[in-house]
Amino acid sequence: MNVQSNLKNAMKLAPQGDREVVVVRTFDAPRDLVFEAFTRPELIKRWMLGPDGWSMPVCTIDARPGGKGRYEWANAERKAAMALTTTFKEIVAPERIVHTEKFDEDWTQGETTITTLFVEKAGKTVMTMTIAYASAEVRDMVLKSGMETGMARSYDRLEDILRK
Amino acid sequence: MQTASYLDATFAALADPTRRAIIARLTQGEASVMELARPFDMSQPAISKHIKVLEQAGLVSRGQDAQRRPCRLETKPLAAATTWLEHHRELFEARFARLDSLLEEMKAERGIAKRKPTPRTAKSKGARK
Repeated sequence: MNVQSNLKNAMKLAPQGDREVVVVRTFDAPRDLVFEAFTRPELIKRWMLGPDGWSMPVCTIDARPGGKGRYEWANAERKAAMALTTTFKEIVAPERIVHTEKFDEDWTQGETTITTLFVEKAGKTVMTMTIAYASAEVRDMVLKSGMETGMARSYDRLEDILRK
Repeated sequence: MQTASYLDATFAALADPTRRAIIARLTQGEASVMELARPFDMSQPAISKHIKVLEQAGLVSRGQDAQRRPCRLETKPLAAATTWLEHHRELFEARFARLDSLLEEMKAERGIAKRKPTPRTAKSKGARK
């Protein structure tokens, strides 16, 4: 992949309004392939991983409106786990996915609604992902606590269970 | 855990160019309201309003010296906001880099499928010359 293409495709991530975060990224591939990569479990498992050390042992999806999905990540070294359940609100191939996510640990206090749009231009696909938190307060709490806290809590809970 | 939307206040506080300039000045050391007002074509009360917003966001604190109450920069709220964004930025960057590789594979597969040679028509045995 050449540098020019890398720069043009570079990701943008920024807060928007009082409760959203928007992520924009361009991919060198036609829209239908990108859409597949976002909706087929065997493909999702290949890329939607966590930070280093985390694997994705569970990834199930019923990619239909009203369908549910389940993602589980594990960190063997830290003996930590994270899991979330998704519900698909809208799924229009190959242009739009609207789904909600809720972590088991629920340190975000509620669901987040994620709208992912795919627009194709000259063989490339621009993905725009808008992550909407349940409220401004929740987004702030997420901003403040960060995913590390969520992971640390999972580890603590596991320790408690192991101690019993 | 605090549920105050102070990070919301942080982003709102940073959304204004005058306030960003005030913060930039304060990174060089504390300053009085009068000193902060100087570079701007703005009245002291107007600058005070901006400082109030920054105080409420926890980004600026005022010294207790009765005569001068110097403004000081508090960096913790900024650090907190930056950490989450940076973490998510890294996480998403890593994921999308993997997705780039996967998409190259998928495109190649599609290409190979197109290039599959068509089966040669079998010559029937005993074909008449």
